[in-house]
Amino acid sequence: MSNGGGAASSSTHLLDFLEEPIPGVGTYDDFHTIDWVREKCKDRERHRKINSKKKESAWEFTKSLYDAWSGWLVVTLTGLASGALAGLIDIAADWMNDLKEGVCLSAMWFNHEQCCWTSNETTFAERDKCPQWKSWAELILGQAEGPGSYIMNYFMYIYWALSFAFLAVCLVKVFAPYACGSGIPEIKTILSGFIIRGYLGKWTLMIKTITLVLAVASGLSLGKEGPLVHVACCCGNIFSYLFPKYSKNEAKKREVLSAASAAGVSVAFGAPIGGVLFSLEEVSYYFPLKTLWRSFFAALVAAFVLRSINPFGNSRLVLFYVEYHTPWYLFELIPFILLGVFGGLWGAFFIRANIAWCRRRKSTRFGKYPVLEVILVAAITAIVAFPNPYTRQNTSELIKELFTDCGPLETSQLCKYRSQMNGSKAFTDDPNQPAEPGVYSAMWQLCLALIFKIIMTIFTFGLKVPSGLFIPSMAIGAIAGRIVGIAVEQLAYYHHDWFLFKEWCEVGADCITPGLYAMVGAAACLGGVTRMTVSLVVIVFELTGGLEYIVPLMAAVMTSKWVGDAFGREGIYEAHIRLNGYPFLDAKEEFTHTTLAREVMRPRRNDPPLAVLTQDDLTVEELQSVINETSYNGFPVIVSKESQRLVGFALRRDITIAIENARRKQEGILLNSRVYFTQHAPSLPADSPRPLKLRSILDMSPFTVTDHTPMEIVVDIFRKLGLRQCLVTHNGRLLGIITKKDILRHMAQMANQDPESIMFN
Amino acid sequence: MKLVLAAEAACLACLVLLSQAAAAKNSEDVRCKCICPPYRGYEGHIYKQNVSLKDCNCLHVVEPMPVDGKDVEAYCLRCECKYEERSSGTIKFTIIMYLSILGLLLLYMVYLTLLEPMLKRRLFGHSQLIQSDDDAGDQQPFANAHNVLNRSHSRPNMLNKVEHAQQRWRRQVQEQRKSVFDRHVVLS
Repeated sequence: MSNGGGAASSSTHLLDFLEEPIPGVGTYDDFHTIDWVREKCKDRERHRKINSKKKESAWEFTKSLYDAWSGWLVVTLTGLASGALAGLIDIAADWMNDLKEGVCLSAMWFNHEQCCWTSNETTFAERDKCPQWKSWAELILGQAEGPGSYIMNYFMYIYWALSFAFLAVCLVKVFAPYACGSGIPEIKTILSGFIIRGYLGKWTLMIKTITLVLAVASGLSLGKEGPLVHVACCCGNIFSYLFPKYSKNEAKKREVLSAASAAGVSVAFGAPIGGVLFSLEEVSYYFPLKTLWRSFFAALVAAFVLRSINPFGNSRLVLFYVEYHTPWYLFELIPFILLGVFGGLWGAFFIRANIAWCRRRKSTRFGKYPVLEVILVAAITAIVAFPNPYTRQNTSELIKELFTDCGPLETSQLCKYRSQMNGSKAFTDDPNQPAEPGVYSAMWQLCLALIFKIIMTIFTFGLKVPSGLFIPSMAIGAIAGRIVGIAVEQLAYYHHDWFLFKEWCEVGADCITPGLYAMVGAAACLGGVTRMTVSLVVIVFELTGGLEYIVPLMAAVMTSKWVGDAFGREGIYEAHIRLNGYPFLDAKEEFTHTTLAREVMRPRRNDPPLAVLTQDDLTVEELQSVINETSYNGFPVIVSKESQRLVGFALRRDITIAIENARRKQEGILLNSRVYFTQHAPSLPADSPRPLKLRSILDMSPFTVTDHTPMEIVVDIFRKLGLRQCLVTHNGRLLGIITKKDILRHMAQMANQDPESIMFN
Repeated sequence: MKLVLAAEAACLACLVLLSQAAAAKNSEDVRCKCICPPYRGYEGHIYKQNVSLKDCNCLHVVEPMPVDGKDVEAYCLRCECKYEERSSGTIKFTIIMYLSILGLLLLYMVYLTLLEPMLKRRLFGHSQLIQSDDDAGDQQPFANAHNVLNRSHSRPNMLNKVEHAQQRWRRQVQEQRKSVFDRHVVLS
């Protein structure tokens, strides 16, 4: 197989030795698909060359060692950078979040919790009040309580939220427009073989890091996990440019990106194994075994760096690491499955609503004002979120509070009812205390918070600031789960003589753990929206450290996936890929139709004939006119117009670069010079100008299928080999061509979707 | 932009090193925190002290002990003591670095959006030349070939190189802005 570099092999002619590789041949245009087969061949060629030279000298041996170990070096550097950046993002986001409430006078750089860390004024009932932390009302008005200070706090909260959101969207618009959104749909497409130049660049990395902190701090209903995957992939891309093995080969670069995305999830959740499984299941397209080990290594290095920076002061990686040891009972599977159904329903609803909203943003005039849109959404979020204490606080803190079970040491509003339930075990002198209304107000506030978050996340995901989806979905699920858990607990308490509860629960004992319900609900909602399976279960159980809860988690996640799949097969990321029209051939979908290759190939009946090049008949002028008049990416080369026998395939970009290069470097190439793709120049009259040899850019072994090949096999070939185009022959003669875009359009047509929505090549 | 990358890498390395170095330097950064729930009429209380890991238990930290001798064990059984440490140096360094980078970016943004067009408008003749450079779209099929082959040319003048890199970066950002914000082609 010929490659774009023209490397010398033993059987080529002597003249080939004198041909140096043309610079630029073998690279790709922006928004085009790579050719996986060609890239893998190039890599094998490079490896062979290095290996053959290995024994010549010590220097060559060192070079071969360096080449073999450069993969590990890239992955280590990526893990280090991802861990460090995640630590920076966590610390800065925490601080800026608390800046909306007040400042720490003794040390400006501490957030609320760190400010009161050393103080002895904190009491058991009010654990976060200390004199060093002053709210804005206290600083400006001089008093901490009262309606005036409430209004001042409200006003300052909205002011800070709006200014952070405005800063974030301005920075994104001016410096790096690719830094907005989650990033995972585009990374999925890039890993399947698409090129988006600048998407994983230095400016995108810097702006994404800085604006992610601002977006999270502005109180919008978004998370930072998806953007952290983008940040980690940017680090991987940047470091891979230091090593020629990865910078010159697009297929090898994608191996590094798979490992980088595992590191990204690992630092976001504190779940290295979950990160590797996430990279395998959600993000990567091809995942060879070598990538598995490297991804795990990257995830561990990133987790280690984050742990040593120690952002939260308690040696855990994520804020809501809770440890349970209470058992669950068999009858609790019913509410867990109900939570799974809720997760699936919510996931299907969210995907439909969000895609409809994003489509409206794309196609109508409404999408022309992104800055105004962000400010409006931030204002509405801040105004509605402040009165409710559950939505005012940081979403991660809310999740942690919901996951934490009520024990004697907890004093949150959610646990106020416990003391009057365990009447016989309370150490109060007065057992006839009236029922605490604390839990009812908490339940109302939670219900309102649930509705608010469900509505706002639909409008927030897809804004022109970095926005992730994991934390809001987990919050929605945790709120729903906690409500169900408290309801079941009250049911068990007041009806402890029912058969179900009599078997397992004793009077007064805590047999129901509402925190576990919150955890199961969070997993169900996240599974319903992203349709992850194994990786989600592993992430949640690494988050909580509870091996005994794998069965409830699996039951809920499976139920939510089945319920969600009943409404539509795609998760949120695939839906966004389809919305944007990226050329992503999904490996999970099956092609079940019985069409043949000749029904999909181009040219169709009414189309102009196939644009082909003959192997030695064309002049430079004719070749340039073919390229200028058509917009195809490649042209098959045939022997002659009479016998349409196939010689090879030549790409448009390679042809243009080769002609430019020849015009510059070789003398005597004129417009009527003959262009030949054969080994030897054709016989020409004596006064004709010097012919141009383009054999080195010709792909001599393009993939072909016959016109009667079923499309199932063709789609399978495209998926497994990563092809861009495939030629169709009939009785040995060239008939037409099928490209990846044709296949995607055909699949869209078969599924009754709009085939014109596939935009890229 | 290689300078930015190098500066960023240096900052990250400093962050990691500093975090290791400042880990246990400050004695105020370690503490043992004991939370004791209400017990028989005594209210719940939180006790904090700067003790080391081996002394982090109820007997060393809870002072003054609210209950008498025989109840001490029962009281201490309900208390939960945890050893925590943080690194205030890392937090301070991170916040200051973040705010300075944010400040620099804001200044650069103000310069790009407000000051530079004003300066260009003053030098009216120049502005037309620069604008026509920006409008050269790469619609021609051979434009990419020019870009690819031009990369091998090296400009001897340092200032020209910086100017050239900045112009190229701005063209890229303008292209990105067109795809994302105007045509809505990428990133919904």
